[in-house]
Amino acid sequence: MTFEYAPAPESRSVVDIAASYGLFIDGEFAEAADGKVFKTVSPATEEVLSEVAQAGEADVDRAVRAARKAFAKWSALPGSERAKYLFRIARIIQERSRELAVLETLDNGKPIKETRDADLPLVAAHFFYYAGWADKLEHAGFGPAPKPLGVAGQVIPWNFPLLMLAWKIAPALATGNTVVLKPAETTPLSALFFADICRQAGLPKGVVNILPGYGDAGAALVAHPDVDKVAFTGSTAVGKEIARTVAGTRKKLTLELGGKGANIVFDDAPIDQAVEGIVNGIFFNQGQVCCAGSRLLVQESVHDELLDSLKRRLTTLRLGDPLDKNTDIGAINSAEQLARITALAEQGEAEGAERWSPACELPTSGYWFAPTLFTNVTQAHTIARDEIFGPVLSVLTFRTPDEAVAKANNTPYGLSAGIWTEKGSRILAVANKLRAGVIWSNTFNKFDPTSPFGGYKESGFGREGGRHGLEAYLDV
Amino acid sequence: MSDKPEKTERSGRLSVFKTYKLYVGGKFPRSESGRVYEVTDSQGNWLANAPLASRKDARDAVVAARKAFGPWSGATAYNRGQILYRVAEMLEGRREQFVREVAEAEGLSRAQAEAQVDAAIDRWVWYAGWTDKIAQVVGGGNPVAGPFFNLSSPEPTGVVAVLAPQESSFLGLVSVIAPVIATGNTAVVIASERFPLPALSLGEVLATSDLPGGVVNVLSGRTAEIAAPLAAHQDVNAIDLAGADEALAKELEIAAADNLKRVLRPQPVDDAGWSATPGIDRMTAFLETKTVWHPTGSLGASGSSY
Repeated sequence: MTFEYAPAPESRSVVDIAASYGLFIDGEFAEAADGKVFKTVSPATEEVLSEVAQAGEADVDRAVRAARKAFAKWSALPGSERAKYLFRIARIIQERSRELAVLETLDNGKPIKETRDADLPLVAAHFFYYAGWADKLEHAGFGPAPKPLGVAGQVIPWNFPLLMLAWKIAPALATGNTVVLKPAETTPLSALFFADICRQAGLPKGVVNILPGYGDAGAALVAHPDVDKVAFTGSTAVGKEIARTVAGTRKKLTLELGGKGANIVFDDAPIDQAVEGIVNGIFFNQGQVCCAGSRLLVQESVHDELLDSLKRRLTTLRLGDPLDKNTDIGAINSAEQLARITALAEQGEAEGAERWSPACELPTSGYWFAPTLFTNVTQAHTIARDEIFGPVLSVLTFRTPDEAVAKANNTPYGLSAGIWTEKGSRILAVANKLRAGVIWSNTFNKFDPTSPFGGYKESGFGREGGRHGLEAYLDV
Repeated sequence: MSDKPEKTERSGRLSVFKTYKLYVGGKFPRSESGRVYEVTDSQGNWLANAPLASRKDARDAVVAARKAFGPWSGATAYNRGQILYRVAEMLEGRREQFVREVAEAEGLSRAQAEAQVDAAIDRWVWYAGWTDKIAQVVGGGNPVAGPFFNLSSPEPTGVVAVLAPQESSFLGLVSVIAPVIATGNTAVVIASERFPLPALSLGEVLATSDLPGGVVNVLSGRTAEIAAPLAAHQDVNAIDLAGADEALAKELEIAAADNLKRVLRPQPVDDAGWSATPGIDRMTAFLETKTVWHPTGSLGASGSSY
C-alpha cells in the first residue's frame, strides 16, 4: 500500500513582486544609464517574474562613486552604531523571512523547504553574527585598530542568492567598508528586496549599492580603479580571470570557487546515516552547491549494500513544484545550467560510466533534471573531474584509507569533503590528510556563521564566516 | 670594505676558493645549464662565480620541494621548532663567514654587517618559537548553533616560490624563508640577483641543521628568468613576490592566477630595513584554514542517539 502526498503549496501571496525594478544606487532605485532591462523568470515554470534594470559600465561607476562618498562617514561611525544597523537588518530579515523564502524559491527554483529552513535562517544569523563584531574588531587578532579597506566590489552567484549576499555584505559593513554588489542575472530579486530592507533599517545612503546585471557589469566592477576590495563567489574560470584583472593593483581579493567534493564512506560507516548524508551532499539545492559531495568514494566491501540503499532512498525523493512543502528536488536554475548538466551527463554515458535515475516524472515546463547516479566511474572520467553543479553523483570505489585519500585529493579543487566511519581515530587521520577547506565527518553540508568556509587550491582563497571572515575586509 | 684575507694570499699561502652551488633537494648541484655569472662586491671586484640557474633547475627544485612537503608538513610543530632553532645554532658558529659575505655583497661596514647577521640569527630563533603557537593564535573551536564540535586549524599551503629581497641579501632572505617553512610549507627560493652568495652559503647551513632535504631549495641567477616558470608552475601553490619590481610582480601575479596561487605582493619595507620584529602576516599568507565538523550527538533519556 502506498500513501500519496496531497499538494501542500506555500502561498505566494506573502510576496508582492513589482513589475519592474531599478538599480539601487545611493539609496535610490534608478534606471540603467543606457535604459537596458532584462527579465527574470521562475525556473520552475518559465513565468516572467519581473523586469529588472541591467547595470552597465556607467552604472558601475556611479555606484562606486556613491559607495566612496558614503565610506568616509560609515567608516568613521563608532563600531557600536554600525553594529546596531546590522542588528536591525538581521531582525528585519527574520520578520520578513517567509516573504523572502517564497521570493527566493520563485526566482531560484529551489524547494521552499530549503529556503525556509536553511537559506533564510542562515542569512539572518550571518547578519546577527557580524553585527556583534562591529564594535569588537580590536579584539579580533588583526592588530589594535584594524582599518577597513574602502569600497568593496562583490559579485555573487545564483545558487544561494540571499545567503551569498549575506556572506558578502555582513562582514564588509561590520568592518566599516561600503559595498557595491552584483547579484547573478538569473536571481536578482532577493538582492533588490534586501535594498528595501536597508531602507527600512535606515542604513545611510550609498553604504549598500545593488547592481543587477550580467558578467560585463561584474567585470567592470572588479576592474574599477576606485574599488579597494574584490570578493567573488562563482566559477573557477571566472575566478582566475578576476585574479588576472586585479594583478598589479592594491586590491585585496578573496575568491570562493568551484569544487568536486569527495564523500568517503568506509566499510564500518552506519549505512542509513551515510545514505542520508550522501543524498544531502549531492541533492541539496539540486546539487548546485560549490561544496557538494559530487564524488562518492565507497569502500569496495560495502559498495553493493550502500548502492542498494542509496537507490532505494532516491526513489522516495519528491521532485516538482518548489513551493510545495513536501518537495525535495526543485528546478534547475536556468536553461543554460540545465544544458550544461545534460551535456556532462551525456558525456558520462559516452565515456562508459553506468547511468541510473529513479523513475521520476519531470514537469513539462521549466528546467528540470532527475536525480542521477553514475557507477563504474573512474578518475579519468570527465564526470569525476569536472564540476557538474547539478544533481549528478559519480560513484567510485577504494580499498584502503590511503587510496581513499589519494583519490579524494586527486583534483585541482579543494573545497569540501565528507568522511563516514564509526572509528574516531580514522576520522581524524583522514581529515588531516584531505586537502580541503571544509570537512564534514558523519554529516554533510552544514553551515554556520561562526564557521570559516572556503577552499584550498583552485577552489579559491580567503575564508567567509567566523573571525577568519573579517580579515578579507580589513587592511591587514 | 672588510678585509678579505681568505680571498687572497695569507702569509704566502694561496687560499682555496669556494665553488658556490645551488641547493636543491638537500644536494648541491651546479646549474644543469652549466652557466655561471660573475658576482662582484660593491666596488666591482670579483667575488665568485654563481650558478645561473635555468628553468629546468627551477622545475627540479619544485619536484624536490613537493617531495619534501608531506614529511615536513606532517612533522610535529615541536620538531619543526627544534630544527629552526638548530639553524640559528649552526649560523652562530659560522657568523664570521656571513658577516664577511654580507659586508662584501652589500658594501657594509663590519659593524653594519654584524648587525644584519645577528638579526638574521635571532629571526630564526623567533620563528622557531612560532611553530607550535601559530595554530592556537589563528585557529580554534567555533561555537556553531547545533550539536557539532567544529574546529578550524591552519595548514600549510604547500610549495611556495619565494623571490628573496634584492637589497637585503641575508636578513631579508631569512625574513622571507623562515615564516614559510615554520608552518610546514616547503620553499623554492630565488636568491638576490646581485648578492646571491649569502643565500648560497645559507644552503650549506640548512644542510647541516637537520632540515630535511628539499624543504628549502636555493637558486641563484636572473630573478625574472627563474621566477617566470615558477609563477606558472602548476605544482607551486603560492608565491612571495618580495624580490620583484612592480612590472615583474604584475607579470608574475597574472601567471600565478592560472592555478590560483596564493600571492604575497611586494610589501613596503620599513625604514629599519628588515630589522623590525615581524608580525604573523608572512606566516598567515601561506596558511590555509581547514574546518572540520563532527556531530556531538546527545545522550538523551532513551540512551545514545549518535
